Amino acid sequence: MSFLDYAPAPESTSPLNLRDDYGLFIDGEFVAGRGTPFATISPATERHIANISTANDEDIADAVAAARRAFDGPWSKMSGRDRGKYLYRIARLVQERARELAVAESLDNGKPIKESRDVDVPLVAAWFFYYAGWADKLDYAGLGANPRALGVAGQVIPWNFPLLMLAWKIAPALAAGNTVVLKPAETTSLTALLFAEILQQADLPRGVVNIVTGAGATGAALVGHPGIDKIAFTGSTAVGRAIAKQAAGTGKKLTLELGGKAANIVFDDAPIDQAIEGIVNGIFFNQGHVCCAGSRLLVQESIHDEVVDRLKARLSTLRLGDPLDKNTDIGAINSRAQLDRIRALTAAGEAEGAERWTADCAIPDAGFWYAPTIFTNVSTSDRIAREEIFGPVLSVLTFRTPAEAIAKANNTPYGLSAGIWSDKGSRILAVADKLRAGVVWANTFNKFDPASPFGGYKESGYGREGGRQGLAAYLDAPGSTPRAIPAAAPAPAITEVAESGELGRSEGDKSTPAEARKSAPAAGRKSTGAKK
Amino acid sequence: MTHLAVPKTYKLAIGGAFPRSESGRVYAVNDAKGAFVANAAKGSRKDARDAVVAARAALKGWSGATAYNRGQVLYRIAELLEGRRAQFVDEITRLEGVSAVAANAQVDAAIDLWIWYAGWTDKHAQVVGNANAVSGPYFNISVPEPTGVVAVVVPQGSSLLGFVSVVAPPLVTGNTVVAIASERLPLSAITLAEVLATSDVPGGVVNVLTGSPAEIAPWLASHADVNALDLAGAEGLDWVDLQIAAADTLKRVLPPEMGADAAAQSLDRITAFTELKTVWHTKSMI
Repeated sequence: MSFLDYAPAPESTSPLNLRDDYGLFIDGEFVAGRGTPFATISPATERHIANISTANDEDIADAVAAARRAFDGPWSKMSGRDRGKYLYRIARLVQERARELAVAESLDNGKPIKESRDVDVPLVAAWFFYYAGWADKLDYAGLGANPRALGVAGQVIPWNFPLLMLAWKIAPALAAGNTVVLKPAETTSLTALLFAEILQQADLPRGVVNIVTGAGATGAALVGHPGIDKIAFTGSTAVGRAIAKQAAGTGKKLTLELGGKAANIVFDDAPIDQAIEGIVNGIFFNQGHVCCAGSRLLVQESIHDEVVDRLKARLSTLRLGDPLDKNTDIGAINSRAQLDRIRALTAAGEAEGAERWTADCAIPDAGFWYAPTIFTNVSTSDRIAREEIFGPVLSVLTFRTPAEAIAKANNTPYGLSAGIWSDKGSRILAVADKLRAGVVWANTFNKFDPASPFGGYKESGYGREGGRQGLAAYLDAPGSTPRAIPAAAPAPAITEVAESGELGRSEGDKSTPAEARKSAPAAGRKSTGAKK
Repeated sequence: MTHLAVPKTYKLAIGGAFPRSESGRVYAVNDAKGAFVANAAKGSRKDARDAVVAARAALKGWSGATAYNRGQVLYRIAELLEGRRAQFVDEITRLEGVSAVAANAQVDAAIDLWIWYAGWTDKHAQVVGNANAVSGPYFNISVPEPTGVVAVVVPQGSSLLGFVSVVAPPLVTGNTVVAIASERLPLSAITLAEVLATSDVPGGVVNVLTGSPAEIAPWLASHADVNALDLAGAEGLDWVDLQIAAADTLKRVLPPEMGADAAAQSLDRITAFTELKTVWHTKSMI
């Protein structure tokens, strides 16, 4: 037995009291969906957890109608103070049931219990607590006195931080006075349904929050429903693009938080111990299922070998396995589909000539797993340097000068996040100024806070979540011009809204000057998501 | 002795120069009664692309200038607008068929609007940015930055004021602009470009295309090197298609505005073409 061997320390599942079947949460009650139910499984064992309903178009219509009644009825007439009190109640109930939620999240999503327990769920409570205080202070949100709620918000969230993304969406929407129809990701519906129970315990007026489960078609039906006023989506850039097309001309307000390929820049004067931990946290946190993950390590050439050696040593100490074990660092990949995608992209990395190193760790027999992997000798044009892998895979590139680091960091159609590691504050601030990314972490990475706005530049989407800017995404300025809506503008129908980080195609050429591209103005209505 | 007038050739404004359309095309601009006034360049797809290249090239310098410097440069435009007043009044009275009083009022409004926006350069970040009280030992600040290259369909019913109302706001924070002028009233837009060329605005910061918005706008809406699209004056175009094309590269899009207060003076028009950047920096434990 080496020092790496720990006795198993599984978190107890006793706080869980799951049902066999979950319905949709519409108008304050659980109702059976009219679509075909599906099973949710533990990605660590592939074992069945519960049956989940699928909402069909009629269910979506019911949910939107319930949200509209709640908006026209109690919710828009309620004082901000009382809306805030409901949000405070929710925050407290989340704290009370924190262990149960963390266990359910790790079971359903596959993320290590130490992350769901210490990051996801505490942030969920913090998000509701933060926005609760805004509900009666909207006049100070920067939009002038008496800003207006938008109405019914349709929200579609991904599977990587299921309950946290729910909180990012619901808390500001309710604080601003909107009502909500939210669709969790197909593989991670469980904690959203437990959250619905919390809403019942909080006695939130019926219909203010409705939760509809299902796959891509359910999400597409929700964002395409004419009865919603606002769309908030977190997920892949490909789906975000399709939603933006579908929403064109409808007057629906849109917030998109999409993919990323963040550069994590390490200068030769960086505090190296912290940098190593930060690189590991940047890409191996949550199995790399993080849109803002530091998936491209840009390391100054002079310290490349040292950094890579120390990374390999550190990764060799990470424990991969049972997400419910308190000692686990790397949990399960969320689904077989995502595992297949990671395998395909890493195979492309090898085929394009990058050198692969994978931590030597035992992989459990059942479930979906991917050992921490580093690619060195990566070229900027390689797929693993351009496409979002959304897995525990780090691509290492080098630079010599700050200007080269900045150019390489910005050489992507994405612009969600970036990291800088250096002991020199003036250099950090200068580099941060030049990075085209919505969140820049200096000598840290993957930090989130409800008071801190989060969101992307360029093709990582638009709008911000968190802070007063996140609140503004659910408000209209008083007296603002109603949005123009053309008489007849049938937008392209999208048939599926998948929430994964997956991208259906290479975006490798996007940052080239557009001169060479673009053969025809898009006759967009015909060519839904098709790209030249 | 009589003086035979020397009419001006109205050309495009791209990258600080005044080229004719590469297509060689022009179209007749008539006065309010239908009489010929001038031939304006009929901009093409290639002209639009050239303008984007110029705007992209100018972005680094303009967005990198200090806010105080940008404010002074923008203010100087207002000074020169005042000096060219007679020419703008002449163009407005002829093309719009309004009185000299009304034309002067439009020039007044354009100058005042320009000064209002110029004053925002070093204040906008203070109003829309902020420090964030995060739970941990971090310095955390959010600041707005320019989105990049902004393509604008100018309000079609106004010679000068409409142009200023959509071109000035994105310039405040350091964006560069490709503007499609009013098809029927393009002359003052080109004259304004001449003002810009003789003020201290770097070449390429404002590029003006005249011609058919219906022909040019789709190329800009689908152009991957354009970051944002202001459809303020696009109500007569098939603007939903433009918005769909813009979604391919997830451009930020402002919808058409109609009515008397279209594209009215507002802080939102500045903020719409910015991106909020949040920077976290560790604080040491002492």
